[in-house]
Amino acid sequence: MLTIEKLEKRYRTGDRALNGVSFTVDRGQVVGLIGPSGAGKSTLIRCINRLVEPTAGKVLLNGTDLTTLNGTALRKMRRRIGMIFQEYALVERLTVMENVLSGRLGYVPFWRSFFRRFPAADVEKAFALLDRVGLSDHVDKRADALSGGQRQRVGIARALEQDPELLLVDEPTASLDPKTSRQIMRLICEVCRERSLPAIINIHDVTLAQMFVDRIVGLQAGQVVFDGPPDALDEKALTAIYGEEDWHAMRKEKEDEARDDEEAAAFEQAREERMAGLV
Amino acid sequence: MPAGSTLSGRTWRKHTTAGEWAVWLGWFAAGVVFVLSWRVMNENTIWAFVQDAPRQAGDLLSRSWPPRLSYLNKLWAPLWDTLNIATLGTVIGTVLAVPTAFFAARNTTPSALILRPIALFIIVASRSINSLIWALLLVAILGPGLLAGIIAIALRSIGFVGKLLYEAIEEIDESQVEAVRATGAGGWQVIDYGIIPQVLPTFAGITVFRWDINIRESTILGLVGAGGIGLQLQSSLNVLAWSQVTVIFALILLTVILSEWVSSKVRRAII
Repeated sequence: MLTIEKLEKRYRTGDRALNGVSFTVDRGQVVGLIGPSGAGKSTLIRCINRLVEPTAGKVLLNGTDLTTLNGTALRKMRRRIGMIFQEYALVERLTVMENVLSGRLGYVPFWRSFFRRFPAADVEKAFALLDRVGLSDHVDKRADALSGGQRQRVGIARALEQDPELLLVDEPTASLDPKTSRQIMRLICEVCRERSLPAIINIHDVTLAQMFVDRIVGLQAGQVVFDGPPDALDEKALTAIYGEEDWHAMRKEKEDEARDDEEAAAFEQAREERMAGLV
Repeated sequence: MPAGSTLSGRTWRKHTTAGEWAVWLGWFAAGVVFVLSWRVMNENTIWAFVQDAPRQAGDLLSRSWPPRLSYLNKLWAPLWDTLNIATLGTVIGTVLAVPTAFFAARNTTPSALILRPIALFIIVASRSINSLIWALLLVAILGPGLLAGIIAIALRSIGFVGKLLYEAIEEIDESQVEAVRATGAGGWQVIDYGIIPQVLPTFAGITVFRWDINIRESTILGLVGAGGIGLQLQSSLNVLAWSQVTVIFALILLTVILSEWVSSKVRRAII
C-alpha cells in the first residue's frame, strides 16, 4: 500500500510543481494520473522513488517513509519500486537480456553485474518475463534493434524483474501508435492484476486511461482536483483538470479512431487468411 | 524587425539595415587583415633567395634521388621503437584520461567545486603543449631515449582523449542513466550500465584516432632525442645524406598510411 501525504515540491526557480498532494493507493490498484502538461505528474512519480527530492510531505510504502531514506537504504527502497518510462529509457546499446537483468542491479554486487554473471534464478526469471511479454525470440538482440512497442515490453520486463512492490509508469504510450498503446496499457494492467501490484500511471490520453485503469486522479497545477472511478470522470471534471474544451467532440474522435483501428485489424486478419488460403 | 509592412504589403528581410551594414563591415575588415598580413609576410623575405627557389629545390631533389634502399635495414629497429612509443604512449595516456574525463564531465564529476576545475586544468595543460615540447622537457629531465618519448606522447594524449571523452559523457541520454538509477543500482553500476555503453563507441573511436595521430607525432620525437625513427632522420639531415632522408620519408609515409587504414577499419568495426 502506498500513501502520499501532503507532498510538496518547489523547484529552485520558485515554481511549485506539487502543492500538498495526498492520496492512497491500495494493493493491486491501478491509478491513472492525468492532467495537463506541467501539472506535476512526472514530478509526482519521481518524488516517490526520489529521482526528484520532494520539499515537504511524506511517502509511505508498506509502512516505510521513503522521504527520509539515504545511501544504501535509498537504493534498497528503489529496487522495490519498478519504473517504466516514456521513451522506454532502455540502455540502447545493451542486449534485451542485459536490459531486463539490469532490473536486478539493486540486488547483486558490482562484480557480478560487471561480468554479467547474474544468479541463475535472476536469469530464469528474466526468461520467464520475456516469455510473458512476448519477446522470447529477441533475447540477444540489441535494444535499439527493436520497434517502439517491443522496447516498451522490454521496459516492462525490466521493471518486473525487480520484484517490485509498486510500479511507477511515466507516459508509457506517448511515443506509440494507438493500437500498440492499447496493447501496452493492457499488458501493464494485466501484470499488475496478476501480481496484485499497485501502480501509478501518468497518462495524457484520457480515453485510454478510462479504458484500463481502476481509478483516476486528476492533477492541476500541483493539486489533486479529481479522484474517483473512471466512470465519474465527466465533462465537468475534465474542465476542472484541463480547462474549457469541447470534450464531447474529443471522445467522439477517439471512438472513431478506435473503430478505424478495429476495421484495420479486421482487414489485416482477413488479408492474412486469404494469403494463408493461397499457400 | 525583419518582418514589417508597407502600404504595398508585408515585407521580409533576413537582416535589419544595421545588420546588413555589419555584414559588409565584416567583409571589409577581413580584406584589411588580409592585406596587412600579406605585408607582414613579405617584410622579411629575401627575394633573391625566393627567385632561386626552383633551382635549389631541383638540386635537393637530384641529391635525394635515387633513395639509398640499403639504408632500410638500419631503419627497422627505430621504426619498431616509434610504433612502441606511439602505442604505449596512447595506452598510458588513455588510462589516465578516462578518470580525468569522468571528473571533468559536469554530469559525472564527484565534486564540481574542486575536482572538476582540477580535471579541466589537467586537460587544458596537456593540450596546450605539443608533444614535441613535452619530449624536449622530458629529455632534459629523464635523459634521451624511448621513455621520454612514451611519456611525452602519453601526456599529450591525456588532454586529447580526456576532452573528447568528457564532451561525449556530457552529451549522453540522461533518461537511460535515470532508468538504471531507478532500479536501485549503486554508483559504479550506474556508470557500468547507464554511461559506459553510451560512450563506448565514441571512446574507442577517439582512442584509435589518437593512436593514429601519435604514430605521426612519434616519428619526429627523435629530433629532440626522444628515440625512434626521428633520431635517424636527424642524423641523416645533419650529414646532408639526402638519399637516406628520402628512404625515411617514404617509410614514415607508408607507416602513416598503414596506421590510418587500421584505425579506420577498427572504428568502422566498433561503431
